[in-house]
Amino acid sequence: MKKELFAMLLALAALPAAAHGVRVPPSPAYKAECGSCHVAYPPQLLPGASWQQLMAQLERHFGSDASLDATAQQEIGRYLAAHAGGRAAPAGAEPRITRTRWFLKEHRGEIPATKNPASCAACHKGAEDGYYED
Amino acid sequence: MKAKAIFLASALALAGPALAADAAGALAGYQAEARKADAAFSPSASRGAQFFSARHGGEWSCSSCHGAPPTGQGKHAKTGKAIAPLAPAANAERFTDAARTEKWFRRNCNDVLGRACSGAEKADVLAYLLQARP
Repeated sequence: MKKELFAMLLALAALPAAAHGVRVPPSPAYKAECGSCHVAYPPQLLPGASWQQLMAQLERHFGSDASLDATAQQEIGRYLAAHAGGRAAPAGAEPRITRTRWFLKEHRGEIPATKNPASCAACHKGAEDGYYED
Repeated sequence: MKAKAIFLASALALAGPALAADAAGALAGYQAEARKADAAFSPSASRGAQFFSARHGGEWSCSSCHGAPPTGQGKHAKTGKAIAPLAPAANAERFTDAARTEKWFRRNCNDVLGRACSGAEKADVLAYLLQARP
């Protein structure tokens, strides 16, 4: 009985992972540095080239200075490169997740419901933990 | 000679973090920096209050994100993400890590003023934040 319960709990714990395909291991540096101004977006939502472009212009990051020290810059750059997605880069001079074909398809008709598309957590309650299936 | 240098280095290493381990220490550090340029400088909470709520010719003030008074929870002007209170009386963690304090002054002064803040400006802001009570 106890064993069954344990197995059930284990299966439940693994559910988000199964639903999302690949769950990326969290990076404390990424969450601390990038997640203090906005949700720490899952790295698989942009291709490596887009992350590289963002990391190269952090002093001018969508109108804000998001510059990092050299250690954090390297660590976060490596993390993003290792877990970047394989989808096409978004259109536009600045790579916005909300401009990827994938995002637009997933959110057709839903974006006006939140004031700001950057506040994923307004609808996705698990966004802070990288869970977006709801 | 060498022993003297080592002693001096370790004294500095000890004094450095000890000086800036809390908001009062951070204020003392910025005051010392300001006095190098103006020996008569004395931090002013009222100047700090003005500085904090002024737009300095740009789009944002410090209070755009940190709120006014800065004893409550702030909100990122662009992303809408919640920001923990800035005044040490409301949030004891604030200004306890000198590197973190400098990182955010660097980023945010650049966003609000389009330049780095002076030691005097930082000392005034600290004086203002230190006397703010929830």
